[in-house]
Amino acid sequence: MASSNEIRNKIVSVKSTQKITKAMEMVAGSRMRKAQERMEAARPYADKIRRVIAHLYHAATEYRHVMTEERPNHKRVGYMVVSSNRGLCGGLNSNLFRLLSKELEKQRQANIEFDFCTIGNRALGFCQRTGGKIVAWRPHPGDTPHVEDLIGTVKVMLDSFEAGELDAIYMVYNRFVNTMTQQPTIEQLVPIHSEKLEVFTHAWDYIYEPNPEGVIDQLLVRYIESLVYQAVVENGACAQSARMVAMKAATDNATSLIRELQLLYNKARQAAITQEISEIVGGAAAV
Amino acid sequence: MAMTIHVDIVSAEGAIHSGTAEMVYAPAILGEIGIAPRHSQLITRLNPGDVRVDVGGGQLEHFYVSGGIIEVQPHVVTILADTALRAHDLDESKALEAKRRAEEALSSKLAQYEYAKAQAELLDAVAQLRAIERLRKKY
Repeated sequence: MASSNEIRNKIVSVKSTQKITKAMEMVAGSRMRKAQERMEAARPYADKIRRVIAHLYHAATEYRHVMTEERPNHKRVGYMVVSSNRGLCGGLNSNLFRLLSKELEKQRQANIEFDFCTIGNRALGFCQRTGGKIVAWRPHPGDTPHVEDLIGTVKVMLDSFEAGELDAIYMVYNRFVNTMTQQPTIEQLVPIHSEKLEVFTHAWDYIYEPNPEGVIDQLLVRYIESLVYQAVVENGACAQSARMVAMKAATDNATSLIRELQLLYNKARQAAITQEISEIVGGAAAV
Repeated sequence: MAMTIHVDIVSAEGAIHSGTAEMVYAPAILGEIGIAPRHSQLITRLNPGDVRVDVGGGQLEHFYVSGGIIEVQPHVVTILADTALRAHDLDESKALEAKRRAEEALSSKLAQYEYAKAQAELLDAVAQLRAIERLRKKY
Protein backbone atom coordinates (compact mmCIF):
# COMPACT_ATOMS: atom_id res chain seq x y z
CA MET A 1 0.00 0.00 0.00
CA ALA A 2 1.23 3.48 -0.84
CA SER A 3 2.46 5.50 2.11
CA SER A 4 0.12 8.10 3.49
CA ASN A 5 2.58 10.85 2.61
CA GLU A 6 2.50 9.94 -1.05
CA ILE A 7 -1.27 9.96 -1.08
CA ARG A 8 -1.38 13.30 0.66
CA ASN A 9 0.88 14.82 -1.98
CA LYS A 10 -1.34 13.44 -4.69
CA ILE A 11 -4.44 14.94 -3.11
CA VAL A 12 -2.78 18.33 -2.96
CA SER A 13 -1.81 18.19 -6.62
CA VAL A 14 -5.30 17.10 -7.72
CA LYS A 15 -6.76 19.92 -5.66
CA SER A 16 -4.61 22.52 -7.35
CA THR A 17 -5.51 21.15 -10.78
CA GLN A 18 -9.14 21.38 -9.78
CA LYS A 19 -8.71 25.02 -8.88
CA ILE A 20 -7.40 25.71 -12.37
CA THR A 21 -10.18 23.85 -14.14
CA LYS A 22 -12.75 25.58 -11.97
CA ALA A 23 -11.31 28.98 -12.86
CA MET A 24 -11.23 28.10 -16.56
CA GLU A 25 -14.83 27.00 -16.37
CA MET A 26 -15.88 30.31 -14.92
CA VAL A 27 -13.87 32.35 -17.40
CA ALA A 28 -15.30 30.37 -20.31
CA GLY A 29 -18.80 30.86 -18.92
CA SER A 30 -18.58 34.62 -18.85
CA ARG A 31 -16.91 34.73 -22.26
CA MET A 32 -19.60 32.51 -23.67
CA ARG A 33 -22.29 34.92 -22.60
CA LYS A 34 -20.49 37.76 -24.37
CA ALA A 35 -19.95 35.68 -27.48
CA GLN A 36 -23.63 34.82 -27.55
CA GLU A 37 -24.55 38.47 -27.33
CA ARG A 38 -22.27 39.19 -30.24
CA MET A 39 -23.92 36.42 -32.18
CA GLU A 40 -27.32 37.97 -31.57
CA ALA A 41 -26.03 41.38 -32.57
CA ALA A 42 -24.88 40.09 -35.95
CA ARG A 43 -28.26 38.64 -36.79
CA PRO A 44 -30.16 41.77 -37.94
CA TYR A 45 -27.56 42.56 -40.61
CA ALA A 46 -27.62 39.01 -41.93
CA ASP A 47 -31.42 39.03 -42.07
CA LYS A 48 -31.58 42.41 -43.77
CA ILE A 49 -28.94 41.67 -46.36
CA ARG A 50 -30.57 38.33 -47.14
CA ARG A 51 -33.86 40.12 -47.72
CA VAL A 52 -32.26 42.68 -50.01
CA ILE A 53 -30.62 39.92 -52.02
CA ALA A 54 -33.92 38.08 -52.22
CA HIS A 55 -35.46 41.25 -53.62
CA LEU A 56 -32.65 41.51 -56.14
CA TYR A 57 -33.07 37.89 -57.17
CA HIS A 58 -36.67 38.36 -57.98
CA ALA A 59 -36.39 41.82 -59.37
CA ALA A 60 -36.19 41.52 -63.14
CA THR A 61 -32.49 42.17 -63.56
CA GLU A 62 -30.75 41.07 -66.69
CA TYR A 63 -27.39 41.19 -64.92
CA ARG A 64 -26.47 37.88 -63.33
CA HIS A 65 -23.42 37.75 -61.14
CA VAL A 66 -20.96 34.84 -61.47
CA MET A 67 -21.45 34.06 -57.80
CA THR A 68 -25.05 33.03 -58.40
CA GLU A 69 -24.35 30.63 -61.23
CA GLU A 70 -23.96 26.93 -60.51
CA ARG A 71 -21.16 25.27 -62.41
CA PRO A 72 -21.96 21.79 -63.69
CA ASN A 73 -18.59 20.07 -63.31
CA HIS A 74 -16.57 20.62 -60.20
CA LYS A 75 -12.82 20.27 -60.61
CA ARG A 76 -11.54 22.14 -57.63
CA VAL A 77 -13.43 23.40 -54.61
CA GLY A 78 -12.52 25.57 -51.67
CA TYR A 79 -13.20 25.11 -47.99
CA MET A 80 -13.19 27.85 -45.44
CA VAL A 81 -12.53 26.11 -42.16
CA VAL A 82 -13.21 27.90 -38.90
CA SER A 83 -11.78 26.48 -35.70
CA SER A 84 -10.76 27.72 -32.31
CA ASN A 85 -7.23 28.83 -31.63
CA ARG A 86 -6.69 26.70 -28.57
CA GLY A 87 -7.69 23.27 -27.43
CA LEU A 88 -9.16 22.20 -24.09
CA CYS A 89 -12.63 22.50 -25.49
CA GLY A 90 -13.75 18.89 -25.57
CA GLY A 91 -14.43 17.27 -28.88
CA LEU A 92 -15.38 20.51 -30.59
CA ASN A 93 -12.62 20.72 -33.15
CA SER A 94 -12.18 16.99 -33.62
CA ASN A 95 -15.88 16.50 -34.35
CA LEU A 96 -15.67 19.20 -36.96
CA PHE A 97 -12.55 17.72 -38.52
CA ARG A 98 -14.08 14.26 -38.58
CA LEU A 99 -17.01 15.60 -40.58
CA LEU A 100 -14.64 17.42 -42.88
CA SER A 101 -12.44 14.39 -43.51
CA LYS A 102 -15.49 12.36 -44.53
CA GLU A 103 -16.42 15.11 -46.96
CA LEU A 104 -12.87 15.31 -48.29
CA GLU A 105 -12.79 11.56 -48.82
CA LYS A 106 -15.89 11.90 -50.98
CA GLN A 107 -14.29 14.68 -52.98
CA ARG A 108 -11.13 12.62 -53.43
CA GLN A 109 -13.11 9.73 -54.83
CA ALA A 110 -14.83 12.08 -57.24
CA ASN A 111 -11.39 13.32 -58.26
CA ILE A 112 -12.05 16.83 -57.05
CA GLU A 113 -9.13 18.78 -55.70
CA PHE A 114 -9.50 21.17 -52.83
CA ASP A 115 -8.05 24.36 -51.43
CA PHE A 116 -8.32 25.56 -47.87
CA CYS A 117 -8.71 28.89 -46.30
CA THR A 118 -8.40 28.50 -42.58
CA ILE A 119 -9.40 30.70 -39.69
CA GLY A 120 -7.95 29.48 -36.42
CA ASN A 121 -4.79 27.64 -35.44
CA ARG A 122 -6.31 24.18 -35.06
CA ALA A 123 -7.75 24.22 -38.56
CA LEU A 124 -4.38 25.08 -40.01
CA GLY A 125 -2.79 21.98 -38.52
CA PHE A 126 -5.58 19.69 -39.63
CA CYS A 127 -5.87 21.01 -43.17
CA GLN A 128 -2.18 20.66 -43.64
CA ARG A 129 -2.28 16.98 -42.79
CA THR A 130 -5.03 16.37 -45.36
CA GLY A 131 -2.67 17.37 -48.11
CA GLY A 132 -4.79 20.16 -49.54
CA LYS A 133 -3.35 23.51 -50.46
CA ILE A 134 -3.80 26.24 -47.91
CA VAL A 135 -4.22 29.52 -49.70
CA ALA A 136 -4.95 31.80 -46.80
CA TRP A 137 -4.83 31.68 -43.05
CA ARG A 138 -5.43 33.85 -40.06
CA PRO A 139 -5.71 33.01 -36.38
CA HIS A 140 -9.23 33.03 -34.98
CA PRO A 141 -9.87 36.65 -34.09
CA GLY A 142 -10.88 35.56 -30.61
CA ASP A 143 -13.47 37.18 -28.42
CA THR A 144 -13.99 40.34 -30.38
CA PRO A 145 -13.94 39.51 -34.06
CA HIS A 146 -14.43 42.33 -36.53
CA VAL A 147 -15.53 42.03 -40.10
CA GLU A 148 -12.39 43.93 -40.95
CA ASP A 149 -10.28 40.97 -39.82
CA LEU A 150 -11.95 38.64 -42.27
CA ILE A 151 -12.00 40.73 -45.43
CA GLY A 152 -8.64 39.47 -46.64
CA THR A 153 -9.26 35.76 -46.19
CA VAL A 154 -12.68 35.99 -47.82
CA LYS A 155 -11.33 37.95 -50.73
CA VAL A 156 -8.64 35.37 -51.49
CA MET A 157 -11.33 32.72 -51.90
CA LEU A 158 -13.79 34.87 -53.83
CA ASP A 159 -11.08 36.03 -56.19
CA SER A 160 -10.10 32.50 -57.10
CA PHE A 161 -13.75 31.62 -57.55
CA GLU A 162 -14.26 34.51 -59.91
CA ALA A 163 -11.11 33.61 -61.78
CA GLY A 164 -12.54 30.13 -62.31
CA GLU A 165 -9.94 28.33 -60.20
CA LEU A 166 -12.56 27.17 -57.74
CA ASP A 167 -15.99 25.90 -58.69
CA ALA A 168 -17.59 26.13 -55.28
CA ILE A 169 -16.73 27.39 -51.83
CA TYR A 170 -17.89 25.69 -48.66
CA MET A 171 -17.93 26.96 -45.15
CA VAL A 172 -16.95 24.53 -42.39
CA TYR A 173 -17.75 25.60 -38.84
CA ASN A 174 -19.59 24.71 -35.65
CA ARG A 175 -23.12 25.99 -35.41
CA PHE A 176 -24.25 27.06 -31.99
CA VAL A 177 -27.43 25.24 -31.03
CA ASN A 178 -27.27 25.73 -27.30
CA THR A 179 -24.71 25.58 -24.54
CA MET A 180 -24.60 21.80 -24.54
CA THR A 181 -24.89 21.20 -28.27
CA GLN A 182 -22.71 22.38 -31.09
CA GLN A 183 -23.47 21.21 -34.58
CA PRO A 184 -20.51 20.72 -36.96
CA THR A 185 -21.71 22.10 -40.26
CA ILE A 186 -20.60 22.26 -43.87
CA GLU A 187 -22.46 24.83 -45.90
CA GLN A 188 -22.17 25.92 -49.47
CA LEU A 189 -21.16 29.55 -49.54
CA VAL A 190 -20.71 30.18 -53.23
CA PRO A 191 -22.50 29.81 -55.65
CA ILE A 192 -25.24 31.36 -53.60
CA HIS A 193 -28.24 29.06 -53.31
CA SER A 194 -31.39 30.77 -54.41
CA GLU A 195 -33.66 28.45 -52.44
CA LYS A 196 -32.33 29.91 -49.21
CA LEU A 197 -33.99 33.16 -50.11
CA GLU A 198 -37.65 33.96 -49.75
CA VAL A 199 -39.78 34.01 -52.86
CA PHE A 200 -41.63 37.03 -54.08
CA THR A 201 -44.20 36.72 -56.77
CA HIS A 202 -44.63 40.22 -58.09
CA ALA A 203 -42.12 41.51 -60.61
CA TRP A 204 -40.54 44.91 -60.33
CA ASP A 205 -37.08 46.33 -60.53
CA TYR A 206 -34.99 48.79 -58.62
CA ILE A 207 -33.59 52.04 -59.76
CA TYR A 208 -29.86 51.34 -59.66
CA GLU A 209 -27.44 54.13 -59.04
CA PRO A 210 -25.05 54.26 -60.81
CA ASN A 211 -25.47 50.79 -62.38
CA PRO A 212 -26.69 47.32 -61.34
CA GLU A 213 -23.25 45.70 -61.67
CA GLY A 214 -21.49 47.82 -59.09
CA VAL A 215 -24.27 47.58 -56.56
CA ILE A 216 -24.83 43.85 -56.94
CA ASP A 217 -21.11 43.05 -56.83
CA GLN A 218 -20.67 44.92 -53.61
CA LEU A 219 -23.84 43.52 -52.11
CA LEU A 220 -22.88 39.92 -52.78
CA VAL A 221 -19.40 40.36 -51.36
CA ARG A 222 -20.88 41.93 -48.24
CA TYR A 223 -23.33 39.08 -48.00
CA ILE A 224 -20.60 36.46 -48.12
CA GLU A 225 -18.58 38.41 -45.60
CA SER A 226 -21.50 38.61 -43.25
CA LEU A 227 -22.01 34.84 -43.51
CA VAL A 228 -18.36 34.24 -42.72
CA TYR A 229 -18.49 36.70 -39.87
CA GLN A 230 -21.55 34.95 -38.50
CA ALA A 231 -19.77 31.61 -38.71
CA VAL A 232 -16.72 32.96 -36.92
CA VAL A 233 -18.81 34.47 -34.14
CA GLU A 234 -20.84 31.27 -33.74
CA ASN A 235 -17.73 29.18 -33.67
CA GLY A 236 -16.34 31.44 -30.98
CA ALA A 237 -19.45 30.97 -28.86
CA CYS A 238 -19.24 27.21 -29.47
CA ALA A 239 -15.62 27.08 -28.36
CA GLN A 240 -16.39 28.91 -25.14
CA SER A 241 -19.40 26.80 -24.27
CA ALA A 242 -17.60 23.56 -25.16
CA ARG A 243 -14.69 24.64 -23.00
CA MET A 244 -17.03 25.47 -20.16
CA VAL A 245 -18.64 22.03 -20.33
CA ALA A 246 -15.28 20.26 -20.63
CA MET A 247 -13.87 22.15 -17.67
CA LYS A 248 -16.97 21.42 -15.60
CA ALA A 249 -16.51 17.72 -16.31
CA ALA A 250 -12.84 17.98 -15.35
CA THR A 251 -13.73 19.70 -12.09
CA ASP A 252 -16.30 17.02 -11.27
CA ASN A 253 -13.80 14.30 -12.06
CA ALA A 254 -11.27 15.93 -9.80
CA THR A 255 -13.83 15.99 -6.98
CA SER A 256 -14.51 12.27 -7.23
CA LEU A 257 -10.80 11.54 -7.54
CA ILE A 258 -10.13 13.49 -4.36
CA ARG A 259 -12.85 11.56 -2.55
CA GLU A 260 -11.30 8.24 -3.55
CA LEU A 261 -7.83 9.36 -2.61
CA GLN A 262 -9.09 10.62 0.73
CA LEU A 263 -10.56 7.18 1.45
CA LEU A 264 -7.29 5.52 0.50
CA TYR A 265 -5.40 7.95 2.71
CA ASN A 266 -7.60 7.20 5.71
CA LYS A 267 -7.13 3.48 5.20
CA ALA A 268 -3.37 3.83 4.96
CA ARG A 269 -3.32 5.93 8.09
CA GLN A 270 -5.41 3.45 10.04
CA ALA A 271 -3.31 0.57 8.85
CA ALA A 272 -0.19 2.35 10.01
CA ILE A 273 -1.67 2.96 13.48
CA THR A 274 -2.89 -0.60 13.78
CA GLN A 275 0.52 -1.87 12.87
CA GLU A 276 2.21 0.37 15.37
CA ILE A 277 -0.09 -0.75 18.17
CA SER A 278 0.39 -4.41 17.36
CA GLU A 279 4.15 -3.86 17.31
CA ILE A 280 4.03 -2.21 20.71
CA VAL A 281 1.80 -4.95 22.10
CA GLY A 282 4.07 -7.59 20.57
CA GLY A 283 7.15 -5.86 22.04
CA ALA A 284 5.53 -5.67 25.50
CA ALA A 285 4.56 -9.34 25.39
CA ALA A 286 8.13 -10.32 24.48
CA VAL A 287 9.49 -8.42 27.48
CA MET B 1 -50.05 62.76 -38.58
CA ALA B 2 -47.37 63.04 -41.21
CA MET B 3 -46.52 60.06 -43.39
CA THR B 4 -43.62 58.03 -42.12
CA ILE B 5 -41.20 55.48 -43.44
CA HIS B 6 -39.47 52.73 -41.49
CA VAL B 7 -35.70 53.01 -41.23
CA ASP B 8 -33.30 50.23 -40.30
CA ILE B 9 -29.62 50.97 -40.03
CA VAL B 10 -27.59 47.84 -39.41
CA SER B 11 -23.95 46.89 -39.56
CA ALA B 12 -22.49 43.40 -39.58
CA GLU B 13 -21.55 43.73 -35.92
CA GLY B 14 -24.85 45.03 -34.63
CA ALA B 15 -28.05 46.97 -35.21
CA ILE B 16 -27.49 50.71 -35.09
CA HIS B 17 -30.93 52.22 -35.43
CA SER B 18 -34.47 51.13 -36.07
CA GLY B 19 -37.56 53.29 -36.13
CA THR B 20 -39.86 55.45 -38.20
CA ALA B 21 -38.93 58.69 -39.88
CA GLU B 22 -40.46 61.42 -41.97
CA MET B 23 -37.40 61.81 -44.10
CA VAL B 24 -34.00 60.17 -44.50
CA TYR B 25 -30.90 61.80 -45.97
CA ALA B 26 -28.00 59.62 -47.05
CA PRO B 27 -24.66 60.23 -48.81
CA ALA B 28 -25.20 58.12 -51.93
CA ILE B 29 -22.37 57.57 -54.33
CA LEU B 30 -23.79 60.00 -56.89
CA GLY B 31 -24.53 62.69 -54.34
CA GLU B 32 -26.70 63.09 -51.31
CA ILE B 33 -30.22 61.76 -51.58
CA GLY B 34 -33.28 62.52 -49.54
CA ILE B 35 -35.87 59.82 -49.16
CA ALA B 36 -39.45 60.61 -48.31
CA PRO B 37 -42.11 58.00 -47.60
CA ARG B 38 -43.33 56.14 -50.71
CA HIS B 39 -40.13 56.70 -52.58
CA SER B 40 -39.82 54.26 -55.48
CA GLN B 41 -37.54 51.22 -55.14
CA LEU B 42 -33.92 52.22 -55.25
CA ILE B 43 -30.66 50.57 -54.42
CA THR B 44 -27.31 52.33 -54.37
CA ARG B 45 -23.97 52.42 -52.69
CA LEU B 46 -23.08 54.90 -49.99
CA ASN B 47 -20.07 57.10 -49.57
CA PRO B 48 -18.59 57.58 -46.13
CA GLY B 49 -20.56 60.32 -44.46
CA ASP B 50 -23.49 61.35 -42.39
CA VAL B 51 -26.88 59.66 -42.49
CA ARG B 52 -29.55 61.92 -41.09
CA VAL B 53 -32.91 60.62 -40.00
CA ASP B 54 -35.75 63.08 -39.51
CA VAL B 55 -37.65 61.38 -36.72
CA GLY B 56 -40.43 63.94 -36.81
CA GLY B 57 -40.88 67.66 -36.31
CA GLY B 58 -37.57 68.47 -37.94
CA GLN B 59 -35.64 66.66 -35.24
CA LEU B 60 -32.61 65.04 -36.85
CA GLU B 61 -30.64 62.05 -35.68
CA HIS B 62 -27.16 61.67 -37.08
CA PHE B 63 -25.33 58.44 -37.85
CA TYR B 64 -21.91 58.17 -39.35
CA VAL B 65 -21.42 55.41 -41.90
CA SER B 66 -18.13 54.55 -43.53
CA GLY B 67 -19.84 53.32 -46.66
CA GLY B 68 -22.33 50.62 -47.40
CA ILE B 69 -25.52 50.06 -49.33
CA ILE B 70 -28.92 51.67 -49.08
CA GLU B 71 -32.02 49.88 -50.21
CA VAL B 72 -35.26 51.78 -50.52
CA GLN B 73 -38.72 50.25 -50.63
CA PRO B 74 -41.81 52.44 -50.55
CA HIS B 75 -42.23 51.98 -46.79
CA VAL B 76 -38.85 50.68 -45.67
CA VAL B 77 -35.36 52.05 -45.91
CA THR B 78 -32.56 49.63 -45.13
CA ILE B 79 -29.04 50.88 -44.69
CA LEU B 80 -26.40 48.16 -44.62
CA ALA B 81 -23.51 50.07 -43.13
CA ASP B 82 -19.91 48.99 -43.41
CA THR B 83 -18.04 48.82 -40.16
CA ALA B 84 -14.63 49.09 -41.70
CA LEU B 85 -13.09 51.54 -44.08
CA ARG B 86 -13.21 49.93 -47.47
CA ALA B 87 -11.39 50.68 -50.62
CA HIS B 88 -10.44 48.40 -53.44
CA ASP B 89 -6.67 48.52 -52.95
CA LEU B 90 -7.10 48.27 -49.17
CA ASP B 91 -9.03 45.01 -49.62
CA GLU B 92 -6.38 43.84 -52.04
CA SER B 93 -3.61 44.39 -49.54
CA LYS B 94 -5.57 42.52 -46.88
CA ALA B 95 -6.00 39.58 -49.21
CA LEU B 96 -2.28 39.55 -49.91
CA GLU B 97 -1.60 39.66 -46.21
CA ALA B 98 -3.82 36.64 -45.56
CA LYS B 99 -1.98 34.71 -48.27
CA ARG B 100 1.38 35.69 -46.93
CA ARG B 101 0.37 34.62 -43.43
CA ALA B 102 -0.62 31.22 -44.73
CA GLU B 103 2.73 30.77 -46.40
CA GLU B 104 4.61 31.89 -43.33
CA ALA B 105 2.59 29.64 -41.07
CA LEU B 106 3.21 26.70 -43.34
CA SER B 107 6.93 27.19 -43.44
CA SER B 108 7.36 27.72 -39.71
CA LYS B 109 4.69 25.38 -38.35
CA LEU B 110 5.69 22.52 -40.55
CA ALA B 111 8.54 21.86 -38.19
CA GLN B 112 6.17 21.90 -35.21
CA TYR B 113 3.79 19.38 -36.71
CA GLU B 114 6.60 17.14 -37.77
CA TYR B 115 7.83 17.33 -34.20
CA ALA B 116 4.41 16.41 -32.82
CA LYS B 117 4.21 13.47 -35.16
CA ALA B 118 7.68 12.28 -34.23
CA GLN B 119 6.78 12.59 -30.57
CA ALA B 120 3.68 10.46 -31.05
CA GLU B 121 5.70 7.81 -32.84
CA LEU B 122 8.31 7.85 -30.08
CA LEU B 123 5.65 7.33 -27.41
CA ASP B 124 4.27 4.45 -29.40
CA ALA B 125 7.71 2.85 -29.68
CA VAL B 126 8.39 3.27 -25.97
CA ALA B 127 5.10 1.61 -25.09
CA GLN B 128 5.93 -1.32 -27.36
CA LEU B 129 9.34 -1.73 -25.75
CA ARG B 130 7.77 -1.77 -22.31
CA ALA B 131 5.27 -4.39 -23.35
CA ILE B 132 8.07 -6.57 -24.71
CA GLU B 133 10.06 -6.18 -21.51
CA ARG B 134 7.07 -7.22 -19.41
CA LEU B 135 6.56 -10.27 -21.58
CA ARG B 136 10.21 -11.24 -21.18
CA LYS B 137 10.02 -11.02 -17.41
CA LYS B 138 6.97 -13.27 -17.38
CA TYR B 139 8.51 -16.08 -19.38
